[in-house]
Amino acid sequence: MTYIFDFGWLAEYYPQILKGVLTTLQLIAVGAVLGISLGIFCAWARALGPSWLKPVVATYVELIRNTPFLIQLFFIFFGLPSLGLQLGELTAANIAMVVNLGAYSCEIIRAGIQATPKGQFEAGASLAMTPFETFRHVVLVPSLQRIWPALSSQVVIVMLGSSVVSQIAAEDLTFAANFIQSRTFRAFEAYIVSTLIYLCLAILLRQVLVVVGGFIFPRRAAR
Amino acid sequence: MIEFSTWDILRNLLLATRWTILLSLVSFVGGGAVGLLLLFLRISKRKAARAFAKYYIELFQGTPLLMQLFLAFFGLGLFGVDVPAWLAAGMALVLWTASFLAEIWRGCVESIARGQWEASASLGMGRLQQMRYVILPQALKIAVPPTVGFSVQVVKGTALTSIIGFVELSKAGTVVTNATFQPFTVYGLVALIYFALCWPLSKSSQILERKLNVAHRNH
Repeated sequence: MTYIFDFGWLAEYYPQILKGVLTTLQLIAVGAVLGISLGIFCAWARALGPSWLKPVVATYVELIRNTPFLIQLFFIFFGLPSLGLQLGELTAANIAMVVNLGAYSCEIIRAGIQATPKGQFEAGASLAMTPFETFRHVVLVPSLQRIWPALSSQVVIVMLGSSVVSQIAAEDLTFAANFIQSRTFRAFEAYIVSTLIYLCLAILLRQVLVVVGGFIFPRRAAR
Repeated sequence: MIEFSTWDILRNLLLATRWTILLSLVSFVGGGAVGLLLLFLRISKRKAARAFAKYYIELFQGTPLLMQLFLAFFGLGLFGVDVPAWLAAGMALVLWTASFLAEIWRGCVESIARGQWEASASLGMGRLQQMRYVILPQALKIAVPPTVGFSVQVVKGTALTSIIGFVELSKAGTVVTNATFQPFTVYGLVALIYFALCWPLSKSSQILERKLNVAHRNH
């Protein structure tokens, strides 16, 4: 093999990479907060919500979980404008990630809600709480705590999946790598560097989520 | 301008679906074989083998599949080989699938009670014999639902190969959109075809899981 590795371009192009990393972080921050919120709502709707809402949410969840993220992204970015809904590439990427994580976290959180002992609901009701108050004050936090590790993994998966938003020209880390390789013709090096950054981001994100978990769930859930 | 009927669009998409299915099958079977090898390394008695498998899994699960595809596409080229997209796509997907299947199966193998290992060891079985005759037959039963469930991820993963230029369903969607200027219809149909491929797999995974749980409760 006569190929000589050259990372000299890093000196010139590191601002692009930095900008890409920041965009990726922004995407996953918005995606995680709104996506998990949407997931909580959908999980409530599917487990305890009104009967007309259940099939609607179920259809949404099944549709998203059984189609590739790339196609969801293309549908939102290229497809929706023909309905008169024109979106910028970052907005489209954000929406796609929220919708995607919403569906996956719905199923994860629902599992947490369903693992709640029946007595908790009954105890809430006996304190004259409405079903929604019981959900809000009694059921929700321990349910989230139960499935927090699974939810964290899903957030990391969505962060890694966000690399495809470069395909609609959202300027994330992968976009930066593509840009650099088209300028320097150092494709392998550019992708190796960004792959390693993704690996670090994944490890970092997992740690952040552990810390966030410790913050939201200071006490051990009563079982 | 040529007019395209919905049937024209659908026919072209369905023709490209063949390649999505073929690539999914290759990735799943290849990934299964490499995954089994990784599983043996992961639960081996040798520390180095365990560490290798652990870092392999960490690396492939901790980086985007898209990056792995790019690296396979451009990395193989470094050796002076002209890499066709299908080869890079197949290779990256096999390695990626293997890392997930190995980890799923490890969970299944470790859920087998310790006593089973000890009992088979006391019958004088070697490590391979223990796996072949005692552990794997039991682990297999637990492993089927999550494995079928993961196959959905493989089918969806093949969509990314369109980005390195492998012509399958997603790429066909882009090509057809560029010809017809009907992104809403085309990507809607593409999504529906993926759904038709993945949903039966998801559903059967759920059903298998329920069946298995029932069997478990009766014991």
